[in-house]
Amino acid sequence: MSDTTPHGLSLRGLTLELGSKGSAKQILRGIDLDIPAGSITGLAGESGSGKTMTGLAICGLQPAGSRLGGTISYTGPRGAAPNLLALRPRAMNALRGREIAMIFQDPTASLHPMITIEAQLTDGMRHHLHISRSEARTRALALLSRVRVPDPETALKKYPHQFSGGQLQRIAIAIALASEPSVLIADEPTTALDVTVQAGILHLLRELCDTLDLAILLVTHDLGVMSALADTVTVMRYGEVVEHGSRYQVIREPQSAYTKALIDALPHPPAENTTEGQL
Amino acid sequence: MPVTLRRGPHLGPLARYILIRFGISVLLIFGVTLVTFTLANLVPADPAQAALGERAASDPAIVAAFREAQGLDKPVVTQYLLYIAHLFQGNLGTSTQSHNPVTQDLSVAFPATAELALFVIVFSIIIGVGLGTWAALRQNRFVDQLFRVVSLIGISIPTFWLALAAFYVFFYQLHWAPGTGRLSASLQAPPKVTGLYTVDALVAGQYTTFWNALSHLILPGLVLVLFTVGLLVRFSRSAVLDVLNQEYVLAARAKGLSSAAVIFRYVLRGASLPILTIVGLAFGSLLSGTVLTEQVFGWGGIGQYAYKSATTLDLPAVMGVGLVVGVVYILTNFIIDVVYGVIDPRVRVQ
Amino acid sequence: MSRPDLQNPVPLDPALDAPTAGAATRLRFAAVRSRLRLPSAYRRPMAVIGFTIIALWFIVAIFVPWIAPFDPLAQQFDRLQPPGPVNWFGTDSLGRDVLSRTLYGARISLPLALILVVASAIIGSVLGAIAGYFGRAVDEVIMRVADLVFAFPTIILAMIVTAALGPSLTNAVIALLFVSWPSYARVMRSMVLGARSREYVVAGRLLGFSPFRSLQRDILPNVAAPVLVLATLDFGNAILLLSGLSFLGLGATPPTPEWGAMVADGVQNFSDWWLAAFPGLAIFTVVVAFNLVGDALRDSLDPRTAGAVQGVKI
Repeated sequence: MSDTTPHGLSLRGLTLELGSKGSAKQILRGIDLDIPAGSITGLAGESGSGKTMTGLAICGLQPAGSRLGGTISYTGPRGAAPNLLALRPRAMNALRGREIAMIFQDPTASLHPMITIEAQLTDGMRHHLHISRSEARTRALALLSRVRVPDPETALKKYPHQFSGGQLQRIAIAIALASEPSVLIADEPTTALDVTVQAGILHLLRELCDTLDLAILLVTHDLGVMSALADTVTVMRYGEVVEHGSRYQVIREPQSAYTKALIDALPHPPAENTTEGQL
Repeated sequence: MPVTLRRGPHLGPLARYILIRFGISVLLIFGVTLVTFTLANLVPADPAQAALGERAASDPAIVAAFREAQGLDKPVVTQYLLYIAHLFQGNLGTSTQSHNPVTQDLSVAFPATAELALFVIVFSIIIGVGLGTWAALRQNRFVDQLFRVVSLIGISIPTFWLALAAFYVFFYQLHWAPGTGRLSASLQAPPKVTGLYTVDALVAGQYTTFWNALSHLILPGLVLVLFTVGLLVRFSRSAVLDVLNQEYVLAARAKGLSSAAVIFRYVLRGASLPILTIVGLAFGSLLSGTVLTEQVFGWGGIGQYAYKSATTLDLPAVMGVGLVVGVVYILTNFIIDVVYGVIDPRVRVQ
Repeated sequence: MSRPDLQNPVPLDPALDAPTAGAATRLRFAAVRSRLRLPSAYRRPMAVIGFTIIALWFIVAIFVPWIAPFDPLAQQFDRLQPPGPVNWFGTDSLGRDVLSRTLYGARISLPLALILVVASAIIGSVLGAIAGYFGRAVDEVIMRVADLVFAFPTIILAMIVTAALGPSLTNAVIALLFVSWPSYARVMRSMVLGARSREYVVAGRLLGFSPFRSLQRDILPNVAAPVLVLATLDFGNAILLLSGLSFLGLGATPPTPEWGAMVADGVQNFSDWWLAAFPGLAIFTVVVAFNLVGDALRDSLDPRTAGAVQGVKI
């Protein structure tokens, strides 16, 4: 492994099949995708296009009984793996949360309703970093301030139902960042939130990406969100990549008919009214 | 001594929740007294007739005396109020069959049933929830199918028949199990502390008695365990399956936690409320099951007492049993509600 | 004059038809979804086994005079003979043929359990529907009574009732009716509560249908399936409870060849295993069969409905 290899993830020919051999269903049909550190890679497509499955496959959380093909190579500051798919389950579990973290669509569903924020925030880092309870608590406080959750001290003692959706998603981001991963998979991170708090979350993701040199994969069906945040955009349909390019290229001059249709379906043409400054 | 005056007690949400549940339980207990009383008064047969036997019952003076002694000559509402008033004094009336105070009869029968039921419920929870979780984690694999079959048999087999079959095989044919009752005839009951022979024997240091009581407990216990485990495996399997589909389990796995941590901290905690509900239900059906099992094993518990008093129209005894069983069941559910409140922060807010 | 038909809705106003049309397709979809998908339920091998056993027992119950080798009540053999070439299941303490008595037992348990299940399903569903539909005080009263009855261990409550009414099979059924309606009331109430707020019901109310009309036309067809499943699961339960009461001597009276009472005979002579073994096996096979079919039916319901049905008390 040389330092010249750029940090981040690289997917080559990723395939995923569900179901028994006879009646297998192709969910992913050879995805090529680069998720470099320090930038936000957008993955767009309608539901059923395989974008969420791509995110799960990177974390090794594909549904039981599915078969993966191709390679996912990872290079990070602490080491590299030429193919995540070839790792033993144990080794993959050690990477999960430590190198590659994930946030989900609905924070009210992805946080356990009966466990305190402190326990949910610290169990991952205590597992991966082998630190003491008090050390973990100090880190948790710092993380909560970092994602701008007000009053971190009291927040730690609370339960998820005592927060609003926007605050919860910030907490979920803090949980994802707890063990200092270098890749963050964000699966529809703003879809379940009120429009008024969406911008705040997106802004936070951008900031974290820039300051922590994170490689972020932003999975969303919302081209508005995509055009506001992503550096590069990949459009998927039926398990295949139909378009790939920089944000401006894809939004302003879409090549495929499908992307054009998606963009035309937006209520307002996004390129005109969204820039980062407006977030 | 400084006294701080407050406008009403300052209660945390958990305390308030427990207080409300307690109030509801008390109301339910009153409801139970009403139900048992009403049912007992539905009797078309004449309890005097049943209690006195044919010769005495043909003498109107004896019948009138009996009716007066039992309070049967007063209006129904007065009878109920009297019944409640007596309850508050701890008086459940006198059994027309044993001529003992019902409380005295129950204080012998109740611990017998409690010992059996506690033995069963503890084992059933450990085995049933454990196997149910295991089956859910191995959904549709061999263990899952196997447990499904076992639990199906457990809930489909008539308890009284299983009790009889177990007795026949392990006592009559194999001589592994001791005979009926709670202790062998050669042994004396240990000095009464709790009324549970195993516990009392340990307290008194009588180890022979302890092992003897335990060996008597095992066969009726296992019969009831099979039924209760069948119930618990089925329901905890589906509760755990529900939770496994929750996004927070996926999120916990995405953190890279060990599978043990995910299962014990996230999955089981998530499934704990429905599992608790089932435990409450299982406890109710366990009480029904003991009635039938006690009959076969001559256990001398509440079930046998209820059966004896029901067949002899011993109304005070029947009402006493109904009340005790109702109170036990309501108390169990109260405890379960409190545990709900303790483990689930969302419950106590409402 | 034709009233709008909710089963085949026509968009009221083309200008507004986008949401209405959506609701209409969902309506069809919802209606299909909560009905039973029978073919898939019957493709399961376990369900097929269960269904076959049930069918066999019903055939036995109907044609037993031609199937049973002997008169179930005739005391015509040596007492307590073990199973042999003449008496396949042996003879009981009065010299009656156990096989014939076991087969005749189907004629007692199956119809009584059927009556019990149908009656408690009807009573419970009606009460639950009333509670769910009208809500407020009506709901409170009905459901609190249901809770109270539910709070009691079934057999003990049934024992008190049979003790009060006197032991007989009819009274045992009445006693069990008394304790078995609440689970139907609960399921029905929760289904009605769920259905009451669905678009198609609200639409019906907006069109001016009376509450009873919407209950009857829009809600009942959709909640019938879960109640049916519950009834199937409850059937085995009813058999267990009835035979349990008879076992205690609070149901069938001699010489009725009732399964539970026959097992009780086995307690008196427990060294003669065949007395209890065969009637017990009969109970077991019927109950298992109904549980197998009930399970398959429940699995074919959609998950949310199935969850409501799980609340069955056993």
